[in-house]
Amino acid sequence: MLTIDNLTNTIDGKAILKGLSLTISAGEIHAIMGPNGAGKSTLAYTLGGRPGYEVTGGTATFDGANLLDMDPHERAAAGLFLGFQYPVEIPGVSNLQFLRESLNAQKRARGEKELNGGEFIRLAKEKASLLGLDMDMLKRPVNVGFSGGEKKRAEMVQMGILDPKLAILDETDSGLDIDALKIVGAGINAIMRKPDRAVLLITHYQRLLDYVKPDFVHVLAAGRIVKSGGPDLALELEREGYADVVGAEVVAA
Amino acid sequence: MTALPTRKDEAWRYSDLEAVASVWPIAPATRLAVAEGETAHHHLLQDAPDGAVAVHDYVITIADGARCDFHILNIGGKFGRVTLDVRLGKGSHFELGGAILGNGDQVLEIVTTLTHAQPYATSGQTIRSILSGRATGSYLGKIAVARDAQRTDAFQSVKAMLLDRTATANAKPELEIYADDVKCAHGATVGELDKAALFYMASRGMDPATAKTLLLRSFVAGVFDSVADEAVRERLESAAIAKLEALV
Repeated sequence: MLTIDNLTNTIDGKAILKGLSLTISAGEIHAIMGPNGAGKSTLAYTLGGRPGYEVTGGTATFDGANLLDMDPHERAAAGLFLGFQYPVEIPGVSNLQFLRESLNAQKRARGEKELNGGEFIRLAKEKASLLGLDMDMLKRPVNVGFSGGEKKRAEMVQMGILDPKLAILDETDSGLDIDALKIVGAGINAIMRKPDRAVLLITHYQRLLDYVKPDFVHVLAAGRIVKSGGPDLALELEREGYADVVGAEVVAA
Repeated sequence: MTALPTRKDEAWRYSDLEAVASVWPIAPATRLAVAEGETAHHHLLQDAPDGAVAVHDYVITIADGARCDFHILNIGGKFGRVTLDVRLGKGSHFELGGAILGNGDQVLEIVTTLTHAQPYATSGQTIRSILSGRATGSYLGKIAVARDAQRTDAFQSVKAMLLDRTATANAKPELEIYADDVKCAHGATVGELDKAALFYMASRGMDPATAKTLLLRSFVAGVFDSVADEAVRERLESAAIAKLEALV
């Protein structure tokens, strides 16, 4: 579904990703872990097409198309979802309005029929209840006045409504208490654990992986994947730390 | 006034004086009077055709205990000017909601002079401007509080959004206060569209035009919320949305 080959990029002229390669197939859940400053969020933003994240080399192919050629909204319409570590607040625009415009823009881009008001509300209700988010929250402006946990839950409701093929979730577990973590984990499984879907989880900690079991775990350090393995690798990292597992010189590079 | 205004004339400081000359002398102002204890609603949709020059002057008298709500959507012509000269009686209220949406070379302005002549009168003015291209949008708001007009409570909230570096927004509050127990608040900001919000919206699938229009709609939302007549509100809102779509 997603093939990244030798990807390099710069932000303000500074090299962050230094030859990152990764292949994700349909039906798989991958976790990327790594120390601070390794380039985890940069990878997410670069795949999402955030302005200022300049690709200087390598390729990223999504469902056979050149992902790096597409504008951010085209990537979304192609089935990519980017979960934000810090979801953006948009005063004056309700969640419902935001999501309906987003979903219908995607549908227009794909040549599908747009949802009318009633159809959309039914869909939103269903997905909100899946994540235990009150419908009244969805009537409020996007992320304004939401707690950290509510923002992450709202992100998952967005994911449920937009129904992407591939979700790249950047530290979706940060700012969540244990109960919220369970709900969000169950949400990710319900929405994305399907044979034709895939997930790239970016996280600091093993604890989210207790709820969303990854098929593959990768260590990202100094802009590259330096080690890959199965779910056990995450436990080993949690136990022994990055420096011991991949070498202090790799972490510091 | 019979002589053409000049740049030195404060109320015409940002105007397109050439355009003004083409329609000089201007027709006399429309006079509105709100009788004691009454409530009046007025609105103006200034949507003159491209290239036209439109000047609308109002002189409004609000009697004791009366209320006047005025809504303006200023979007048409190459020069569109709306002026309100309002005199407030004892314990009366004046409320203005105005939006200026300009593109191309348009020069659009709202100029108000509020005279709080008697005690206990209140006034509120909310102005939102969105400007693209080489357009200029101006709000000049003068509030004069007479010596006897104690307990006056007046506010001006002025926000402008510039979509291009070549667009101009002017906001000029002018307070002239002779009483000593009054509240006069004014705030003015000029900004651009939030880039983080635009990327967030794009990442959810919104094309740039859809995302910008949604943000701009939320920016002017609220200006016309207090329009009492639903048909009028819908007319103003749909004209505003149509203009916004031309702006992005």
